[in-house]
Amino acid sequence: MRVNFTVNGRPQEADDVWEGESLLYVLRERLGLPGSKNACEQGECGSCTVRLDGVPVCSCLVAAGQAEGRDVVTVEGLADYARQRACGTGSCGTPLDEAKGWQAKGTDSQTGEGTGLSPIQQAFIDAGAVQCGFCTPGLLVASDELLERNANPTDADIREALSGNLCRCTGYEKIMDAVRLAAARQSEGV
Amino acid sequence: MDFLRPASWEEALAAKAEHPTAVPIAGGTDVMVEINFDHRRPEYLLDLNRVGDLYQWEVGEDTVRLGASVPYTRIMEELRAELPGLALASHTVASPQIRNRGGVGGNLGTASPAGDAHPALLAAGAEVEVASAARGTRLIPIDAFYTGVKRNALQPDELIRAVHVKKADGPQQYSKVGTRNAMVIAVCAFGLALHPETRTVRTGIGSAAPTPVRARAAEEFLDAALEEGGFWDNGKIITPSLAKRFADLCSAACNPIDDVRGTASYRRHAVGVMARRTLTWTWESYRGARRTAEGAA
Amino acid sequence: MPANGAPTKITQGSKTRGGIGESTLRPDGTLKVTGEFAYSSDMWHEDMLWGQILRSTVAHAEIVSIDTSEALALPGVYAVMTYDDLPTEVKNYGLEIQDTPVLAHGKVRHHGEPVAIVAADHPETARRAAAKIKVDYRELPVITDEKSALAPDAILVHEGRDDHHIGHVPHPNIVHRQPIVRGNVEEARARADVIVEGEYTFGMQDQAFLGPESGLAVPEEDGGVHLYIATQWLHSDLRQIAPVLGLPEEKVRMTLAGVGGAFGGREDLSMQIHACLLALRTGKPVKIVYNRFESFFGHVHRHPAKLYYEHGATKDGKLTHLKCRIVLDGGAYASASPAVVGNASSLSVGPYVVDDVDIEAVALYTNNPPCGAMRGFGAVQACFAYEAQMDKLAKKLGMDPVEFRQLNAMEQGTIMPTGQPVDSPAPVAELLRRVKAMPLPPERQWESSEGADVRQLPGGLSNTTHGEGVVRGIGYAVGIKNVGFSEGFDDYSTAKVRMEVVGGEAVATVHTAMAEVGQGGVTVHAQIARTELGVSRVTIHPADTQVGSAGSTSASRQTYVTGGAVKNACELVREKVLEIGRRKLGSYHPAWATAELLLEGGKVVTDGGEVLADLADVLEGEAVEVEEEWRHRPTEPFDLRTGQGHGHVQYSFAAHRAVVEVDTELGLVKVIELACAQDVGKALNPLSVIGQIQGGTTQGLGVAVMEEIIVDPKTAKVRNPSFTDYLIPTILDTPTIPVDVLELADDHAPYGLRGIGEAPTLSSTPAVLAAIRNATGLELNRTPVRPEHLTGT
Repeated sequence: MRVNFTVNGRPQEADDVWEGESLLYVLRERLGLPGSKNACEQGECGSCTVRLDGVPVCSCLVAAGQAEGRDVVTVEGLADYARQRACGTGSCGTPLDEAKGWQAKGTDSQTGEGTGLSPIQQAFIDAGAVQCGFCTPGLLVASDELLERNANPTDADIREALSGNLCRCTGYEKIMDAVRLAAARQSEGV
Repeated sequence: MDFLRPASWEEALAAKAEHPTAVPIAGGTDVMVEINFDHRRPEYLLDLNRVGDLYQWEVGEDTVRLGASVPYTRIMEELRAELPGLALASHTVASPQIRNRGGVGGNLGTASPAGDAHPALLAAGAEVEVASAARGTRLIPIDAFYTGVKRNALQPDELIRAVHVKKADGPQQYSKVGTRNAMVIAVCAFGLALHPETRTVRTGIGSAAPTPVRARAAEEFLDAALEEGGFWDNGKIITPSLAKRFADLCSAACNPIDDVRGTASYRRHAVGVMARRTLTWTWESYRGARRTAEGAA
Repeated sequence: MPANGAPTKITQGSKTRGGIGESTLRPDGTLKVTGEFAYSSDMWHEDMLWGQILRSTVAHAEIVSIDTSEALALPGVYAVMTYDDLPTEVKNYGLEIQDTPVLAHGKVRHHGEPVAIVAADHPETARRAAAKIKVDYRELPVITDEKSALAPDAILVHEGRDDHHIGHVPHPNIVHRQPIVRGNVEEARARADVIVEGEYTFGMQDQAFLGPESGLAVPEEDGGVHLYIATQWLHSDLRQIAPVLGLPEEKVRMTLAGVGGAFGGREDLSMQIHACLLALRTGKPVKIVYNRFESFFGHVHRHPAKLYYEHGATKDGKLTHLKCRIVLDGGAYASASPAVVGNASSLSVGPYVVDDVDIEAVALYTNNPPCGAMRGFGAVQACFAYEAQMDKLAKKLGMDPVEFRQLNAMEQGTIMPTGQPVDSPAPVAELLRRVKAMPLPPERQWESSEGADVRQLPGGLSNTTHGEGVVRGIGYAVGIKNVGFSEGFDDYSTAKVRMEVVGGEAVATVHTAMAEVGQGGVTVHAQIARTELGVSRVTIHPADTQVGSAGSTSASRQTYVTGGAVKNACELVREKVLEIGRRKLGSYHPAWATAELLLEGGKVVTDGGEVLADLADVLEGEAVEVEEEWRHRPTEPFDLRTGQGHGHVQYSFAAHRAVVEVDTELGLVKVIELACAQDVGKALNPLSVIGQIQGGTTQGLGVAVMEEIIVDPKTAKVRNPSFTDYLIPTILDTPTIPVDVLELADDHAPYGLRGIGEAPTLSSTPAVLAAIRNATGLELNRTPVRPEHLTGT
């Protein structure tokens, strides 16, 4: 079957999709966006977390056909997504209606090349929250969404929001540090 | 495999009538795991994501009509007052990502004894609204819904549209034991609802019998004991012996197995502990509410 | 030039930014946070096929027949291969003993053993084809434990063994046996005032790395194959792959793809040979990616163990003797079992002084899943047992458990039971002092103005307690792990370092075959090059087999050994650079000939700080390159009867204090804090060091309270191969992990560093168990501890 949906602001079409394929598979194997990771494919690790119409979900549990007509943001589009959000709240002076009409431009936005990092991405690097990095894309999407709805989370809030994302390398301490750091920078407008 | 994408409830029923083997998929949190792990290859997948009605809820006089696909996240955030037991149960479901996708319809459709919503629905009292193109809508009482291990009262041409859950008329609680502090399938679970209006108590037990069950003997015992002691009126503390007897009867209502998640004897034990604790929590809350009410009067 | 294995003099200062000792950031960090970092499962090639493995559904059986005809007939299927299709006489592989069939031949020995492989144009087609392969099994009784393995009529898991261990094992179902005997246990026992015995059980742990086994094999025009793979040791893979393919090693090119964690689970081959076979058979690139279910069958696990311990002590608290027997279940194939036996036996005494010992460790062949390397192997199981013993002894003697340990703690100069002296700092007592001295977390942190915050209570979000039944406990443990490959193994690494001018600036390139699995070796290599060569720009070349072996990313060895090789190669490059400078510019300044010269901040400077030249000027038009092997000092095998021998390179020590809260009625545990103190010799990158310690600590926590592969003792089948039922800690299960890092230099090691990756995994588990015992008063002789153990149900 054919599936049409928007990924990181850009219309995408996937052909010859097997009906049992997940959104994750289509992103990774058909659209050249392997940033979302395939660690468990059973909704128990969060490595494949994407925003589906703004909501964080495990893309391994979304049937590809269910994404028809919907809007997906992956880790590859996170920096642009964060930038547009910042603009939407007025901190870069872009009018709100323009932010709503956001479209990623060119291949750069698809791959993340040539774009800056979002605050949460930078914080993960700075805090040492990345080791093997396989859990990182999912954690970034989940953390970014947390800070979007709760700018000043407590430690318990962070732990609850990230309780669906397994990490096997770090022991989570540096991930906590990264989210705290991003929240602090956000509140200081850095 | 075919992927059916009905745009409305009527189309969904028609598709299900035409293809009774079609597997409904909404949140995908059960179905996609089975497909990804090659445990299931349905002939048809019936996508319910475009049926907007399933994502709505209506708060009525006595019940909440909860669309089958309303995500757990919405239930725990927006129906805390009306459905406190189910809201607590929703909070224990898997992870935030899963709670954003999964709804009660999936739990009911899969009818796994480990489904987190079941004990809360049993305790609150509920009816499952199902429909078929041929015979229209019917309401199945929750007590008659679970018919066996991963089996329910649904006919092959029927789909679950909503669940009508009684609005809380008193405190409700929900506890679930898992061997991890988040994102865990129930070793066993327990739901308890006080119904001061009818002066009854209802329970629900998960993962400790082939189906979700109520501890009826325990309910009857407690109903009688509360009535006899005038507890509903005098708001006395429930004595430890009474709570223990209730807990023992809840344990006795279990018919668990040993599996990789836990032993049968542990499940029986844990259900008893949860029964005692949730009784204490709800009763203390009831007493607190009474005192507040009296204080205000 | 420093001799191999000799201490290396530090001549370079710290004036170049981004050198050792700084918390520089990962060079792959940006790629990893943008999703661009290419892991092995992300590989893609035009026209590629998907490989699928058919695995045995039973644990032990003769294969009566295999019928692949229906699978081959399926449209979209390009190849189906079984044992009969293997191209050469080499049909087995293995790390030390080549006992593992590439595809099952006549028999399967464990649940999930590969039987056939398929290549097709879509993963679903490959799965459907695999499902159409008909395998007729005649089931055999299963061997699942020591009793069934050594029974008089026991079926031999491997008939006709001819490996080098068969001569000294008491039974062919024992892979390897290592006794260690020193002093006189009988006499020592007579001196003991108290004797403590224990029988301990350690469950089967899985590495549970998040990136599943995967890779892409691309056939090459010369008849060879190029494999992009996630592994821990490229050259070890190569050595095992090439003979099976019938290719010379130079025709099997290997490039390290991104590795999503390893922890020992990628020491053995998984899908490597299968992908290459299918690629060569079909002439097309073949990608194989395991799903999580298959991953549980696709790699070895941590050896489950039974440990029988007897310690004695005098009434003033001095250990008299140790008698112990450690039985490790190696499962169906040998993997790293012999080395695990060596570690378990030689480290069974722990970081304590015990002169009289009688130790035996064995690994069994059974029909359980094969077990091999996992972080801390052998030492982890022993630490669980000896630390439980220490608490029992302290209790029996009425002593404080920390003071009792300190009284018996080893130190520099202590002689190990193997007769090997500990010849570098061993601050065991100090580490215990440090964890004990850390402030305790406040009580009842879960209490808030709005009632109990269940997220901070046992049971967490599941709302099982609001404080009822919750009791706090505190426990301590300390452990010892060997660093590097032991027992006489030629444990070397190779580094190629190049220095040249790029864009007017001197730039260094470091090329090794080191598998970066997340540990941060690439960060450290760049730091070493900056320190040694005084450059700011360092390029880390992708790891591949175009350079010599870097050994395995295991045994806490990479910073020591490949780091040592990079340092060594940099020093050789530095000498050459200075030679060029003397030749080109020596006449301009007498200091070129007379002074000690350093490379710092992109310049050649004298040790007095005078700048002689810009490196870019020295290297203009000339590149310097060195590829050189580097070895740590040699080790010896353990004597097969007495266990004597200088078998280890270096030891690593960590101590933990665990604070737990246990819901004693429901048997649920919340670890509140896991404080760690570790001696790291020298922290080359403090941020990474702490990350390693916290990660290792958490894996130890996991096996204390939740992680276990459950094998049915009747069928030897795995019952929980999924992340639904094999649970690893979430962020809500993991406490704060304060870390106190001690840096006591080991003069034998580069920069004085100590391998750090494994030690924290050892003591974390027994510390948590000790804390749970402290909270509950229960004996708890097995790990992981489950709710039924805590509630007696």
